[in-house]
Amino acid sequence: MINYFIKNFDMFGTATLEHLWIVAVTLAISVLLSTVLSYALLRVKYLEDAAIQLFSAIYSIPSLALFALMIPVMGLGNMTAVVVLTLYNQFLLLRNILSGMNSVDKNLLEAATGMGMTNFQVVTRVQLPLAFPTIIAGIRLAIISTTGIATIAACINAGGLGTVLFSGMRTMNVYKIVWGTILCAVIVLIEDLLLKMVERKLRRGAC
Amino acid sequence: MTGGPLGKGENMNAVEFEHVKKQFPRMGYMALDDVNVQINEGEFVTILGSSGCGKTTFIKMINRLYKPDFGHIRLFGKDIQNSNPVLLRRKIGYVIQQVGLFPHMTVAENIATIPRILKWDKTKIENGIEEMLQLVSLDPKEFRDRYPAQLSGGQQQRVGLARALVANPPIMLLDEPFGAIDAINRENLQNEIKRIHAQSRKTYIFVTHDIREALKLGTKVIIMNKGHIIQYASPKEIINNPCDNFVIDLLKTLNIQNNYVIDGAGI
Repeated sequence: MINYFIKNFDMFGTATLEHLWIVAVTLAISVLLSTVLSYALLRVKYLEDAAIQLFSAIYSIPSLALFALMIPVMGLGNMTAVVVLTLYNQFLLLRNILSGMNSVDKNLLEAATGMGMTNFQVVTRVQLPLAFPTIIAGIRLAIISTTGIATIAACINAGGLGTVLFSGMRTMNVYKIVWGTILCAVIVLIEDLLLKMVERKLRRGAC
Repeated sequence: MTGGPLGKGENMNAVEFEHVKKQFPRMGYMALDDVNVQINEGEFVTILGSSGCGKTTFIKMINRLYKPDFGHIRLFGKDIQNSNPVLLRRKIGYVIQQVGLFPHMTVAENIATIPRILKWDKTKIENGIEEMLQLVSLDPKEFRDRYPAQLSGGQQQRVGLARALVANPPIMLLDEPFGAIDAINRENLQNEIKRIHAQSRKTYIFVTHDIREALKLGTKVIIMNKGHIIQYASPKEIINNPCDNFVIDLLKTLNIQNNYVIDGAGI
């Protein structure tokens, strides 16, 4: 088992790096996009529900089908994977960002305004810090979901650990399947750890 | 704005309402219906009325959380419609019932909110925190690093008071600040705010639905009903010359309360 891993270290290493690349790029774009979207949606409140409905509908499309649907539009490759995964993440991220921001007591926000904070200060000093745990929970979900679904992206030539898993399945190679799975889990753990570090840093900065 | 704390004009009324009207959507009657009132500097005005009478609306118009549909509001002679609302609010202390403190900040950080926005230097902020906590009778060493959740209701309200007072605003707005506090603590807080006001001689506007509180604290009392000011006078005059049946009814509740207290004491 371990020998197999060492012998094929190159293959596993490349797949893991490819996988990490997809997840990292997807997350960066997803968080950016969802920030912009929620900024807009918090201002145009009546579109909030519609947007969540739309993204939950997209989220419910099986990933294999959505990857296949995107091939005629974007072709094969990891950029197609990034686009699909970003779409999926919008549901998880938007839902958490919006519910986090909306769950902050309106009286508290009014008190902050009444004390003499600008709208920007109310958001950055009161609303965001209080919504922070919910938002981080959303990002954590997005990381886990992206890392998992990204394996399916191997079927559109996006590379990553999915390649190892699929080839393991085709050739009935248990080693490949088990190691592919373990590496996926390790990636999630590492990302989670990184997220915790970022969280701690931001928390300290907020005060 | 030039001169004085809020830019004083010739008119020395701290607060002046002139024909102020306000109606909220989907409300049958006006929250404020042609309100005219002048409040002198240094006065402690309590606003008394049942819920929905417009007393909170009154206060929120002074710091421009609400905008009048009609009429003018002047602070120290200047129409607030012409001032930047954010800068205006920084010169007005604002205390509300219960939830006012930011739960993610310590007591010290809560008090430092406005000083930080005003970019005070570090020592000035630290001194301010220390001084304010002592003013509201909380030991700075013990309380400054606590979070609001680690305080009792009365202590939270003291911190809220300290936070509003730290920038030494010429006008303080207090919206039922002691509404959710038990009777004994309430009594203490009432005495302290009276003391703090007497020391500072700033203008306080204090909303309450408790007639005893209104008469005890106010140098003047505004009695409101359904968007109108029914009577605006000193507590003594209100007791001696209630101007209409609504005020008489209010005063009757006071007698009932007093009798009850005497009976309860077993005299």
